Amino acid sequence: MDTLIAAVTVFVLAMFVGFEVIVKVPPTLHTPLMSGSNAISGITIVGALLSAGLGHTTLTTVLGLLAVIFATINVVGGFLVTHRMLEMFRRK
Amino acid sequence: MPQWIVNLAYLLASALFIFGLKLLSHPRTAVRGNLLGAVGMLIAIVVTLLDQRILRYDMILLGLVVGSAVGALLALKIHMTAMPQMVALLNGFGGAASLLVAGAALIEAQADPATLTGQFKVATAASGLIGAVTFWGSLVAFAKLQELIPGEAVVFRGQHLVNGLVLAISLALCGWVVARPEETAIYWGLAAAGSVLGVLATIPIGGADMPVVISLLNSYSGLAAAATGFVLNNNMLIIAGSLVGASGIILTRIMCHAMNRSLTNVLFGGFGAQPVSAASAESVYAGKVKATSPEEVAMLLETARRVVIVPGYGMAVSQAQHAVQALANLLKSRGTEVLYGIHPVAGRMPGHMNVLLAEADVPYEDLKEMEEINPLLKQTDVAIVIGANDVVNPLARTDPKSPIAGMPIIDVDQARTVVVIKRSLSPGFAGIPNPLFAAPNTLMLFADGKKAINEIIRSLQEATVAA
Repeated sequence: MDTLIAAVTVFVLAMFVGFEVIVKVPPTLHTPLMSGSNAISGITIVGALLSAGLGHTTLTTVLGLLAVIFATINVVGGFLVTHRMLEMFRRK
Repeated sequence: MPQWIVNLAYLLASALFIFGLKLLSHPRTAVRGNLLGAVGMLIAIVVTLLDQRILRYDMILLGLVVGSAVGALLALKIHMTAMPQMVALLNGFGGAASLLVAGAALIEAQADPATLTGQFKVATAASGLIGAVTFWGSLVAFAKLQELIPGEAVVFRGQHLVNGLVLAISLALCGWVVARPEETAIYWGLAAAGSVLGVLATIPIGGADMPVVISLLNSYSGLAAAATGFVLNNNMLIIAGSLVGASGIILTRIMCHAMNRSLTNVLFGGFGAQPVSAASAESVYAGKVKATSPEEVAMLLETARRVVIVPGYGMAVSQAQHAVQALANLLKSRGTEVLYGIHPVAGRMPGHMNVLLAEADVPYEDLKEMEEINPLLKQTDVAIVIGANDVVNPLARTDPKSPIAGMPIIDVDQARTVVVIKRSLSPGFAGIPNPLFAAPNTLMLFADGKKAINEIIRSLQEATVAA
């Protein structure tokens, strides 16, 4: 129970931080915000790497592999395309 | 590596995510913000790879190589006009990863029943459900935006009942996963129900409501990651996931607010599904619409001191952003002030117009939000509407019974002359006629956006040479 409460505490506080930080992003950057935050949500890659590498069963390894592929597309594609867009905004 | 170092590294990565998002608050610092986020992600990945429990690296390497190649290819090849599809797809992949990781974690935990805690079980069910809804919902959104399937709202009789039923089944399966975690098949059943729910929930939403759907799916992908964080008891996942969840919620709220509609109305409305009767359009337009030519518009622009350009989805469709920028540059070189009025829901995703105009090298200082541009329109000589319709429809202010009643609009009708570049008088997504097109100070230029702008540029250049 204690670990649950600790995790919920982190969740709620991070939500508040998220609201405070993201409200200040101007509308002009809303598309890069979406793609960039999307890349961050690829953080599940951490769990995917472990599943793919622990060698628990063949099934978990395959699930892990698929998850690594999806999450990596998310991370690499997200950060790169955001960078591409933000460079366009910076040029001027 | 001792666990405390790993946790410290995860904390560092979380801090970098937050700081990176904070730097996104200005175009000048945003590039650095994105890089900081990427560094945080790299730290998280490297530290995880050093975990001693990892026995084999072959699958990891394969996944990283394939994922990086596909991700890089997508990111570098995609056209800026196709950005909404790209974001929809990325949202979906995030959801799929959460679904799969929670599934693998469930199977791993079955070997040691002591790890099947209440938190683990509930979070696994949540991860599976949200992940599946996000994945399939995003695929439908992608298919609509890519025009693989018709983009408009799909509605059928008893839709709410069917959706409610599927939702109830999904929630029941969540409960079953919690009650019988040792049965993996139930989890996959939940994933299947979530997939159906994702499809059904997205098909009734179409066209101009897409910005809301994409924002919402963005938020789901974050919440799915946070749920996976509860599964793995990993604070970094919880923090990163909730940041993204919060971001998506904020964007969803802004989008709904900009249409003066509630989220429920967007999600269940099947908006724009009923075509408007031709009679009402006839009574609005009959004999009052004045067509114009590129030459006439060029003449108007020649003497204008301030020009405001209001783009919409039509600009993206006709890829007119570079032509628009060329016209603006020409006008600026003649001493005319040129500004852009951007409605929050113009286009198919939040900030869609801004990205297209940035691609065409329009300085971001020239892009004005609705609240900024509206007071300036009274002192504007020419307002050029290109590919926008509902967001400039004065009915939003005047007709309380209209489907867009109370929606904040860009008041182009206040300008001295309004030029609307549009292929025909066809209605926008709301399916209603636009009295702006019949207003005494409005001229209609019936043409493709890009071609029309290029012809205006030519006429303007000829006039300059002649003078």
